[in-house]
Amino acid sequence: MNDRGTILASIQEALKKPSVKQDIYKAEDNISELIKQVMPPVGESFDERLALFRKNAQELKAEFYAVNSTDEVVQTILKIKDAEQWKSVATHPNELTESICNRIGLPILKLTAGYDITEFEKCSASITVCDCLVAQTGSVVVSSASTGGRAISVLPPHHIVIAKKEQLAPTMSDAIALVRKKYNGNFPSMVSFITGPSRTGDIERILVLGAHGPKRLTIFLF
Amino acid sequence: MNAIALEFKKNAVRTVKDLQRRQLVKTALGNFEIARNDKVARFQDWQKARYVAAKLKWEALENLHANIQRLEENLKKNGAIVHWAATAEEARRIVSAIAKEKNARLIVKSKAMTAEEIHLNEALEKEGYEVVETDLGEFIVQLRREPPYHIVFPAMHLTRYEISDLFAQKLGSQPTDKAEELTMIARRVLREKYIKADIGITGANFAVADCGVISITENEGNARLTAALPKVMITLIGIEKVIPKLEDLALFLPMLATAGAAQLISGYNTFYSGPRKNGETDGPQEYHVILLDNGRTELLADPIERDALRCIRCGACLNVCPIYRTIGGHSYGTTYCGPIGAVITPIMRGIEDWQQLSYASSLCGACAEICPVKIILHHHLLKNRKIAATKKPVWWQKIGFKIFSKISTCPTLWSIITKCGRLLQKLHPLVKGSRLDPAYAWTKERDLPPIAPQTFKEWWRSKK
Amino acid sequence: MKVTLFIPCYIDLFYPQVGISIVKIFERLGIEVEALESPACCGQPAYNTGYHDETKEAAIKLMEQLKDAEAVVIPSGSCGAMVKVFYPELFEGTEYEILSKEVSSKCYEFTAFLVNRLGVTDLKATFPHKITFHDGCHGLRELNNKLPPRVLLSKVKGLELIEMKEAETCCGFGGTFSAKFPIISTAMGETKCASALETGAEFIVSCDSSCIMHLQGLITRQNKNIKTIHIAEILAQQ
Ligand code: SF4
Repeated sequence: MNDRGTILASIQEALKKPSVKQDIYKAEDNISELIKQVMPPVGESFDERLALFRKNAQELKAEFYAVNSTDEVVQTILKIKDAEQWKSVATHPNELTESICNRIGLPILKLTAGYDITEFEKCSASITVCDCLVAQTGSVVVSSASTGGRAISVLPPHHIVIAKKEQLAPTMSDAIALVRKKYNGNFPSMVSFITGPSRTGDIERILVLGAHGPKRLTIFLF
Repeated sequence: MNAIALEFKKNAVRTVKDLQRRQLVKTALGNFEIARNDKVARFQDWQKARYVAAKLKWEALENLHANIQRLEENLKKNGAIVHWAATAEEARRIVSAIAKEKNARLIVKSKAMTAEEIHLNEALEKEGYEVVETDLGEFIVQLRREPPYHIVFPAMHLTRYEISDLFAQKLGSQPTDKAEELTMIARRVLREKYIKADIGITGANFAVADCGVISITENEGNARLTAALPKVMITLIGIEKVIPKLEDLALFLPMLATAGAAQLISGYNTFYSGPRKNGETDGPQEYHVILLDNGRTELLADPIERDALRCIRCGACLNVCPIYRTIGGHSYGTTYCGPIGAVITPIMRGIEDWQQLSYASSLCGACAEICPVKIILHHHLLKNRKIAATKKPVWWQKIGFKIFSKISTCPTLWSIITKCGRLLQKLHPLVKGSRLDPAYAWTKERDLPPIAPQTFKEWWRSKK
Repeated sequence: MKVTLFIPCYIDLFYPQVGISIVKIFERLGIEVEALESPACCGQPAYNTGYHDETKEAAIKLMEQLKDAEAVVIPSGSCGAMVKVFYPELFEGTEYEILSKEVSSKCYEFTAFLVNRLGVTDLKATFPHKITFHDGCHGLRELNNKLPPRVLLSKVKGLELIEMKEAETCCGFGGTFSAKFPIISTAMGETKCASALETGAEFIVSCDSSCIMHLQGLITRQNKNIKTIHIAEILAQQ
């Protein structure tokens, strides 16, 4: 028998013996309802959820701007660009991010298949859209479908995310439901829930940002 | 006592005497506790959350036979290649065959306890591959040629200064006492490795059957890069990690981070379904998922021990364990240390060699109290002890307990023994604390109280 | 009401004053007390070492003695948990299953009995000292006994309770563990003592004489400036 057969047979054999004292688990529960009841509360209104997102994201050292227009997004990015002395930015094929990049006045690397990794490595920042934001945890959800690939949201030192108001999902459950619905039957090869910039506490539990990925994560919502 | 047990005792004693190291670990875990309690408090009902998580993981195991086949089917649909490894040896063989076929030279790895478990690095290195750990903690212990000290915080036993010296010696960097600078040194070294690497190997936290998705939790982004840059990606995952539905992760991911890392959610929780798809700019061309048994079906086959497979490897039980805090992660001599290691190792690797881990516990239950999936770890330790005592009883213990039982159930014998004890006690100062002392195990480090001039039972009889 | 008192072996031999205090407290409350003559031990050491057959003789004897008792009081979280939690597990599926459950349901740790069963919180005791409290693990986690001792202590005149940081951390006794792994056991005890000393308290108070035996053993050997006392002894002081 090959290993597949061996393992499946052992599992089947093992599970023939009923478990001891697990009656408690037999009760029929409405799991999604229970999850809602136990997870951190998210409030009722959009404003509450926006405030919650801000609090959670900032607690994990992400920067968050709720703005009214792409103009404001560009204005703020220009300031960051000067402060951090950006040389070039990376983005993915997307109307919104490309139009923003075009107004920054820096060389743009638009990542398409077969991009040059050394060029990409030199980029000071990447600008991407997202699939949604999660108020409950302060997370940004990106995927290899929405942002074109995997590295763009993790390789450059500064990751900038542009989100729209209607993309704010209240809970983790909502975000997962959204991902499932959006990609039903055609899952992107990667979906990532990003919360705050890359971090480590591996040395004496001292928090250091930018362990491998972005040192900064900036989120715009308009 | 067997060699493994002796080694365990020796190592434990060594760590106990290393006060500085113990203090370091204690402070780290102490601060951690405060942050964790804060996150726990944000849940509307943490206790009920534990119940739901336990139930979900329990049901996942009860239906593992169907779930795992569904996972395989869906992963394949997504373009992944699925392998099955019944043993560590087979898993190593699979990885090495892939590496050979791809003509790989450099392999980057993100944290994978499964890889530790099968000693993958050593095997690959022996075959001439360069294997680089990318998680900062793992990178540090790899440079020291040491196993991880903790399943979540591999290098928590080291100070900045030790790490600085290590980097200076191995990487030629300038000494520094800043954690940030040390991290950046590692970042630079590892970035280069990423770009050159041929294969990326990861562990995983969950495998979702209904979407054919592997979920990986991390904070540094090193697994993200491992999964983004090399042409081939391999995930090595234990079969107990299969859950039926993506929706369940809405609960598991925050609980994993809260219990184990005192975070409401980890920095990156990423679902991987397969190799790069049409229209995607990067990601591996091949995605291999290796489903590893290596003793897990042993646990599954035991109706009592089975629920230890619910473990999501959050590390919370290690963090709170006073034994772990005292003897440190290396003393255990196993891949999985702390309470969960003491529970599963004797079952997975043999009760005769590993029973001492189940006995080295005061059964305080701090672990069971925090475990997000409600594994009553200390009761499992008791069960392991029963298995050990039944399989291979220690004759003098068995007889000892029999005699004690006779004495304690016979009032006359008990009062005779009480009186003898009182007499013998007069001689005790002659041998107290020495090897001749029958109570040496106790009196070497502690005083023993004297038997009272009038015991309670004597008092009660006189009163009546 | 009549209470049947089970005094564990180490209290009988080393700390009779604990049992005596309890008898006095009950008499003062007008409760009739009967102390068990035998067995002397609940069988926990054998059970915790994995020798279940060797546990059963004492356990069965104890259960039979308690068959007709109205309420059983055990001044120890550890032995209390043995009877209340582990007897039913030990005898599951045997002819003693029902008896073990009956005994379990009427068995109380001493402070839990006073507070939860009798509803007594103020024993009019006086103890003008600073103390810190050590939660024995079995009482705390198997019996969920965090509050009763604290409620009782809060009513003691002159007593000041200063909680230590590691109140809920195991002291390292752990029954046979303390003799099997003395080095680990005493290192844990040292951590506990250090935490208690930090509070500046004069006494470490506990519901478990077994923890006290271990801690006091260390304190005496290392000449530490703190004492230990069982909660019953405080509650009996007038
Ligand atoms: S046993 Fe529980 S607490 Fe320990 S690592 Fe596993 S899930 Fe976490």
